Amino acid sequence: MKRIAGMILLAFGLTGILWADSTLSINGAGATFPYPLYSKWFDEYHKKNPNLQINYQSIGSGGGIKQLTEGTVDFGASDLPMNDDQLKAYQEKHSIGILHFPTVLGAVVPTYNIPGVDAALNFTPEALAGIFLGKITKWNDPAMADANKGVKLPAQDIIVVHRAEASGTTFIWTDYLSKISDEWKNTVGAGPAPKWPVGLGGKGNEGVTGTVKNTPNSIGYVELIYAESNKIPYGTVKNASGVFVKPSLAAVSAAAAGAAKAMPDDFRVSITNAPGKDSYPISSFTWLLIPEKFSDAAKRDAIKGFVRWMLADGQNYAEGLSYAKLPKEVVAKEIKAIDKIQ
Amino acid sequence: MATTSKTVPGASPIPGARSFLSRLREGDEIARMITFLFAASVVLVTLLLVFELWRGSALPRHKFGFAFFRTSVWDPIFDQFGALPFIYGTLVTSITALLIAVPLGIGAAIFLAELAPARLSDTLEFFIDLLAAVPSVIYGLLGVFIVIPLMRLYIQPALKSTLGFLPLFQGPAYGVGFLTAGIVLAIMVIPYIISVSREVLLSVPRDQREAALSLGSTHWESTWKVVVPFARTGIMGSIFLALARALGETMAVTMVIGNTPIISASLFSPGYSIAAVIANEFTEATGDLYLQSLIELGLVLFLLTFILNGLARLLILVTSKRGSETALA
Repeated sequence: MKRIAGMILLAFGLTGILWADSTLSINGAGATFPYPLYSKWFDEYHKKNPNLQINYQSIGSGGGIKQLTEGTVDFGASDLPMNDDQLKAYQEKHSIGILHFPTVLGAVVPTYNIPGVDAALNFTPEALAGIFLGKITKWNDPAMADANKGVKLPAQDIIVVHRAEASGTTFIWTDYLSKISDEWKNTVGAGPAPKWPVGLGGKGNEGVTGTVKNTPNSIGYVELIYAESNKIPYGTVKNASGVFVKPSLAAVSAAAAGAAKAMPDDFRVSITNAPGKDSYPISSFTWLLIPEKFSDAAKRDAIKGFVRWMLADGQNYAEGLSYAKLPKEVVAKEIKAIDKIQ
Repeated sequence: MATTSKTVPGASPIPGARSFLSRLREGDEIARMITFLFAASVVLVTLLLVFELWRGSALPRHKFGFAFFRTSVWDPIFDQFGALPFIYGTLVTSITALLIAVPLGIGAAIFLAELAPARLSDTLEFFIDLLAAVPSVIYGLLGVFIVIPLMRLYIQPALKSTLGFLPLFQGPAYGVGFLTAGIVLAIMVIPYIISVSREVLLSVPRDQREAALSLGSTHWESTWKVVVPFARTGIMGSIFLALARALGETMAVTMVIGNTPIISASLFSPGYSIAAVIANEFTEATGDLYLQSLIELGLVLFLLTFILNGLARLLILVTSKRGSETALA
């Protein structure tokens, strides 16, 4: 018995030594939304570079920013860009800055359950803001009826469903509503967990979907990936050019391309309500958060190598997992920005 | 007593009767010290917990003071935090749960301990213990897929049409809300009440029953007037164990309560509980005030549990005294 235990210990010890000898380990933490793609990327990249192991914990965007600031991870990931206060806090603690690298895009779609209505509904910005502010309370309100000629909407109370927990999805949704409605901007604002004027909270995408499915005459919002893979009904949204656009990966990439011309150098940009007639208006980038300076040269080179690969080969994995690819203009700009990592 | 070097295990040594060294040699002193350390660690962990929660919530304590308990706005975007709707939701769901679970649980325990044949009682006890071990997320799913639709389609409309004149049963029937959370919590805590109460009832000495029966009481009279009052303290204990579980339950509650910080007299209204909001918002809480407000909510939950436990002790003291008085009278 003792001998067996000894051998097991020895085996562990040896693998420990071999492991430490040959593998560089990089740790990251953050957003849950891109996690399926990130874990695929890190896995594929590890196959190509057996000496590099990237570990990623999907603990949420806020948690990622917090751990990055505390210096417990090498990089972070977030569905919303770090704000000025957060950047300042990082700067004060580590006396270097943080670089944002967009990786892919996602979209958020309105989903609903109205008995007797099978058609994809059209939503105007005014209708969405009105419903979520609690100003539009019936499905057959003129704001909905005018945009959906030919659909018989019931005279029933609208039940609003939103995310219960703080989430990047909610940030994208409220960021959009803030852009198209001054009232929303002034009374609710944009954030991962706002004070909702009306509605029920469901936990996670599945909680919102479950509540919408179980509640007649309800409306909620979920990530496009989630709506597509679970085959739940979702509507089209009227964009800044006045066109009703069906949410799709192409329409999301179009929104990114529309915003790319005005892309700031730090990539901290919101692309909700983006210009362009093909753009789906409730879209957003998701970012990697990488420190400007690494004291460990091996880590720095490994991260730069990974970002370069992510922008080239890595993008090809995106659509298979229902994420929208970065437009070419953004990729070109990011490749230039890699040199800022020192 | 203890004049020889051998002592009876468990017999209490007379302090100072033997030298410290001899006690140490025999192992008594070592055992005493080790078990004391274990016992002290419980107190230490509790104190550490309170200290950490206190220290971690400095910002909101200074900014809001006691207004934190009185205000009902929870707005992370504009940095306004008030705990009232969460305290309300926690209390209402727990009390609703106990109102349902206590009569059912104690009734079942009496049946199992006193009336059912032993074989049936033991078989049922096995299932009850199994229920107590089911993870709470499973109860949450049960709530989402079964209780919520039942509530929306049948129970809430029925309550509305019969008891709708009470403010408790008004408003739209969403399915989710205080009542649903209370029912799911009741299902979760009933096994605790049954299991502990049954054990306590079974441990009531045979003499008590026999004495009652010999005085001419029926089986039910001996159970209800002698056995149950005798076991009262233990039964109370089971109820407070259930209350503690209901107060702190997170996953199952957040799945069925509607997660909206509202204070409403109606049990149909969606609400929110302290444990649920902490679990939902902690991972994504950015900004120190936001995070620390969530930590202060943890402190509030701790205080709430502490106060309710204190009241429970008091209740047991008072009732057991009154019980012995009536017994004497």
